[in-house]
Amino acid sequence: MIDSIVNITLLSLLAILAFAIIRMRSLFAVIMLFAGFSFISAGLFVAMDAADVAFTEAAVGAGISTILMLATLALTYAPEVHKKEKLPGHKPWLPLAVVLITGGMLIYGTSDIPAFGDPNAPAQQHVAPYYLEKSLSETGVPNVVTAVLASYRGFDTLGEVTVIFTAGIAVLLLIGGRRKKTKNETTEGVNET
Amino acid sequence: MMYAVAIVAILITILLALVRALLGPTVYDRIAAMNMLGTKTILLIAVFAFLTGRHDLLDIALVYALINFIGLVAVLKLVEQGNFFTAGESTTDVKSEVADK
Repeated sequence: MIDSIVNITLLSLLAILAFAIIRMRSLFAVIMLFAGFSFISAGLFVAMDAADVAFTEAAVGAGISTILMLATLALTYAPEVHKKEKLPGHKPWLPLAVVLITGGMLIYGTSDIPAFGDPNAPAQQHVAPYYLEKSLSETGVPNVVTAVLASYRGFDTLGEVTVIFTAGIAVLLLIGGRRKKTKNETTEGVNET
Repeated sequence: MMYAVAIVAILITILLALVRALLGPTVYDRIAAMNMLGTKTILLIAVFAFLTGRHDLLDIALVYALINFIGLVAVLKLVEQGNFFTAGESTTDVKSEVADK
């Protein structure tokens, strides 16, 4: 009962936030609303007992990507460009039709998939019963998703973390050289004006 | 029952914070509303942990508190000095740029 109240309310808040993000013209406010969107969806994931997904959503969605988008806004913001924003030349009806048709096909496709939490679904038949029976005694982790992610697929997660670490080093190498140049350009611009 | 009432109250508070974030004329209104929303999400998770008896969710609530704080510091640092790479001195006048948006 209270579960469905929480889920319905949080999903409605997500829909309101999504429409507000589409309608809003101020980029700074949009980034703030993105952070709120991430927090609410992370709360929704926690309510649906997906602790790891919620963890990732809060850390990446609300934390890192907000900071990255703010940094991008600080580097690229130009008031004149922002005010003379051009309207798109094409009519919105073609994208709307494509979106509606794709959404309709996806909704039609959901009629074939098994119901939510159906124990006879093919996805629940393969290794899921083994994990559900043995994960607590083999790993000692109470949450099954965490046990699969951090213990059974520990090497896979380690590889993912290595990839992200390498990407972070590459980004730091690229931006680290440009940082001083941007600072000099900005001071030169201030001196010229 | 008590936890259910608390959860409904927190959801109403989230809605009010969201209204402020959508209407908020200045940038500080939106920042305060987002900080409020993060805090209310933490409270929601904590109450939800007690409601359903999954006490391991409290750790997640703590991590949310840390992330919320870091994000708030980053936002305020950008609004105050306009960049992330100087240690206090501002480069561009983003403060007025953000304020007039």
